[in-house]
Amino acid sequence: MGLKLVLTGNYSLAYAAKMARVNVVAAYPITPQTSVVEKLAELIEGGELDAVMIRVESEHSALAACFGAALAGARVFTATSSQGLLYMHEMVHWASRARIPIVMGIVTRTLGSPWNIWPDHTDYMDQRDTGWVMSFAVDNQEAFDLTLQAFKISEDPRVYLPVMVGIEGFILGHTTMPVEIPDQSVVDEWLGSRRQPYVIDGSDHLALGNLASPEDTEEFFMDIQNAMEEAKKVIAEVDREYSKIAGRPSMGLVECFKCEDAKYLAVSMGAWSGDLKEAILQLRDEGFDVGLARIRYYRPFPVEQLYERARGAKGVVVFDRAISFGSAGPIFLDTLASIARYSRKTPYVKNVVAGLGGVNITSEDFSKIIRKFVEEVESDDLVPFEWYHRRGG
Amino acid sequence: MRVVVEPSRFKIPVARPSIGVAGKTGSWRLERPVVDNNACTRCFLCEIHCPVNVIRVEPDTGVSINYDYCKGCGLCADVCPVGAIKMVPEE
Repeated sequence: MGLKLVLTGNYSLAYAAKMARVNVVAAYPITPQTSVVEKLAELIEGGELDAVMIRVESEHSALAACFGAALAGARVFTATSSQGLLYMHEMVHWASRARIPIVMGIVTRTLGSPWNIWPDHTDYMDQRDTGWVMSFAVDNQEAFDLTLQAFKISEDPRVYLPVMVGIEGFILGHTTMPVEIPDQSVVDEWLGSRRQPYVIDGSDHLALGNLASPEDTEEFFMDIQNAMEEAKKVIAEVDREYSKIAGRPSMGLVECFKCEDAKYLAVSMGAWSGDLKEAILQLRDEGFDVGLARIRYYRPFPVEQLYERARGAKGVVVFDRAISFGSAGPIFLDTLASIARYSRKTPYVKNVVAGLGGVNITSEDFSKIIRKFVEEVESDDLVPFEWYHRRGG
Repeated sequence: MRVVVEPSRFKIPVARPSIGVAGKTGSWRLERPVVDNNACTRCFLCEIHCPVNVIRVEPDTGVSINYDYCKGCGLCADVCPVGAIKMVPEE
């Protein structure tokens, strides 16, 4: 079946958009995203993808152009990073509140200042409250899979929300691995044609973005919250269907790695989870009863799954590659809220913030942190928040 | 794809606009554009620039303005190249 190509993470995003047969791409270059849309431009120019590339003067315009095309009935894709994503932020909210399906790749990069092109999750986390479905890949294959699935999820009438797919810049974005790509005919049949709640293409009088009363407006937002709940079912469903096409196991919102009955549970998101898995295998060899729940979808947040995974654990350690300054890491906050939603008897939950500004965190670092965490729990002397930082390596 | 609004499972921020649903906004006007159609050259600039789309220019009869909805912004008078539109204070 299909093809196996050696692709960078960025090209994986581009190929997923190609396989979804997008009609319109609008983008503005920014490191480390640029090669996503360069590849799409190349595919369009070479006649492999029948789409229009709209070159714009800013990221705000890139999403505005995609939004307009999507309103008119086009399947659209764009990608951005960091400062570009912040510049686009107004349109990010606008698109979800209009309930228009759009797919966007976020190739994460630290926010300035100081100027920095290395990856962390702060630009992605800045989109937390926008009403977009948000997924995050661990490797290039998953970057492809999540992006292709994003079109199906976004265009599901139970959801009708835009979807963003995150990958870490450079770590995935510019490194290669073999990526399996299903047959176009299989994808076409599975994905179907474009669906959206309404179309504005000039053939009828429809006005978007009118003034609405406070009550009407609040009800729009209540519907988005309901759609996020529905999206949990749709994501699981789409992932199961897709796993039949792809021949790989379905994971849904969370990947469980040695986590079924783990006494100590690590929670993480993104490429460094690969290093964390290595650490867990090492620690298991040393006799530590440790597992990993890896977040594949950050919004909707897998509240129920994390509660189920964490309820039997003695301790939970949440790794965040972003911080809400003055509070803690965003995944920690969501995880703690998930556990506390159903139970007042919570396990020890610790937050480790690390890897900001692109600081490299290795499997040895993870092993060290988890050993220390287990010691803290066992001695009933938990340090609930720690910013793990080191130089070199 | 044809124009569709799917039967709603949820609210969407879309409306079907029609003339006059917000009332006759011409009452907001402080100055009224008055046209000298003998001076008008039928250049259509006022029709193109009118932000509320209430100006029509016909080759025979010249400029006509729908005063029910004209808010008196004065753009038409400003863009007229021959000064054929004057803004006159409303009584």
